[in-house]
Amino acid sequence: MTLTYNFAYLDEATKRMIRRAILKAVAIPGYQVPFASREMPMPYGWGTGGVQVTASIIGPDDTLKVIDQGSDDTTNAVSIRAFFARVANVAVTTATRDATIIQTRHRIPETPLSAGQILVFQVPIPEPLRFLEPRETETRVMHALEEYGLMHVKLYEDIARHGHIATTYAYPVKVEGRYIMDPSPTPKFDNPKMHRSPALQLFGAGREKRIYAVPPFTEVVSLDFEDHPFAVQAFDAPCALCGATGVYLDEIVTDDAGGRMFTCSDTDFCTQRRAAEAPNV
Amino acid sequence: MYVAVKGGAAAIANAHRLLAKDRRGDPAVPELTAEQIAGQLTLAVDRVMAEGSLYDPELAAIAIRQARGDLIEAIFLVRAFRTTLPRLGASRPVDTAAMAIERRISATFKDLPGGQVLGPTFDYTHRLIEPDLGAEPPATADPLGPAPRVTDVLGHEGLVEPDAADPAARDAEPGDLTREPLVSPLPRDVRLQALARGDEGWLLGLAYSTQRGYGRNHPFVGEIRTGAVELELDVPELGFPVTLGTMTLTECQMVNQFHGSAEEPPQFTRGYGLVFGRVERKAMAMALVDRALRAGELGEDRVAPAQDEEFVIAHSDNVQATGFVEHLKLPHYVDFQAEAALVRRLRAEAAAGAAPGETDAQEAAE
Repeated sequence: MTLTYNFAYLDEATKRMIRRAILKAVAIPGYQVPFASREMPMPYGWGTGGVQVTASIIGPDDTLKVIDQGSDDTTNAVSIRAFFARVANVAVTTATRDATIIQTRHRIPETPLSAGQILVFQVPIPEPLRFLEPRETETRVMHALEEYGLMHVKLYEDIARHGHIATTYAYPVKVEGRYIMDPSPTPKFDNPKMHRSPALQLFGAGREKRIYAVPPFTEVVSLDFEDHPFAVQAFDAPCALCGATGVYLDEIVTDDAGGRMFTCSDTDFCTQRRAAEAPNV
Repeated sequence: MYVAVKGGAAAIANAHRLLAKDRRGDPAVPELTAEQIAGQLTLAVDRVMAEGSLYDPELAAIAIRQARGDLIEAIFLVRAFRTTLPRLGASRPVDTAAMAIERRISATFKDLPGGQVLGPTFDYTHRLIEPDLGAEPPATADPLGPAPRVTDVLGHEGLVEPDAADPAARDAEPGDLTREPLVSPLPRDVRLQALARGDEGWLLGLAYSTQRGYGRNHPFVGEIRTGAVELELDVPELGFPVTLGTMTLTECQMVNQFHGSAEEPPQFTRGYGLVFGRVERKAMAMALVDRALRAGELGEDRVAPAQDEEFVIAHSDNVQATGFVEHLKLPHYVDFQAEAALVRRLRAEAAAGAAPGETDAQEAAE
């Protein structure tokens, strides 16, 4: 039994259906568009939404980068990149600057994106209100009525209890002054990168069957209060490998005696910096 | 030590080779063939076809072998293949009254037109481990001919609600949750499709919960029947239906008490289960859950988990569930780092006594 698959795995009718959902999502920034998510040959929860979005927009001339936790070399990023290299035979890269499409899980690259690039997020739970209200029938109405008081109460309760807003990732944002949106479980450190980004940002949630988008140069504002303004994480030390500051760092346990080192989560960014420094050493 | 998180590609390739070795087992023992699985592990094949939503015993058998007998993994393989198949059309509704019956039982009538037949069932076996299964001489039986469904027998008296009371719903092309976005509340056809694809264990547990008082609906097995039906497709150019083949189905019609409402006189209501193959437990559980989910439509209070459509359907798909539960083993260091930094900060503030956070809290409370 031999089986053959279409370019980029999905059949063309499915791609058209997904592209329509993407166009609608771009037209209504931050609104979650239901789509008939397909079963993919990788597990739900491992990026099936992002893979479907990428498969629907990718062409033979595209150059694809896939990152997970900011790294091109984590197992799931390797697996998804290999999938597209196999079913779409496209060029792949680890360099943020060279990529036309970047599929990501949990990070936005440190290298600023440029116009014409597309960032595809893998989204586990697209509904920012889900953990406040589990019912889709309810949250749909809340979005329709712009009834977001519950979210502000939640953030206020954080402050009352902890002195801070205790949400560190998947930090809710308001898009173009209308919809509250889940930026996917990126650390809140990455939220400001979404604001007025020249790149198109697409979000795919396969299991939950939703697509949403932030078109280029769109307002993306992290929710906060006047007396408790939004602030991103800051690290005490620079990257131990490249010396970068103002970037998101991974904590690496070096021994069982409390030894730690902090290095760039974005491995491409770190590698490029070290390569640029090397001739001077 | 930074190298430890690198090398994903090589690790994946090696893992696949180890998997292949473990799948094969002892090379001195002959390899399982798909024919053996399709012919001898038929109920496993049936479950994979039912929850994989694809009637193809050979493909299901290959998937079971590839999945090392992990049925949810095999269902996943079948689903991922199914999703690539073109949709050529919708068949005519299968007529289960015309079924070539190999098993048919009713718990509501001692005898009924068409007769009852046990067929190949575990029901009255003694569950004693039998190392030598060849001891019993095999029997054969001809299928029973067409027999009216017991719900049609009751229907003549008006005792039980009829099939699809709304003719528009009956004649419309059924919905397909694999092609259209799933948006609650679901029409019953889509809900039944979701249940037919749903995880057997999940439905069994929910069905059991209705029997223990969480949304009780007083069920009787009106009828369970298993057998072969013909699948027909209308081809507009030909003007007559073409038989595509036969498939084995199990249908369960639960008959449930209903006290009536302001609009409706007392009448038995129905819960419906239909699955590929002989997955009878699943068909029964599906019928109980279907009836429980009709609570709103029948004006009953929706108080139990099994009556809650969003809860039941959103969590019924084992391919979705296993993916999302198992994705927790993917790296999450970025988010964990964010949480660890927050916990360290909160702990430092707690250790320092009246920390900035606390004064902030007072301000916030004002």
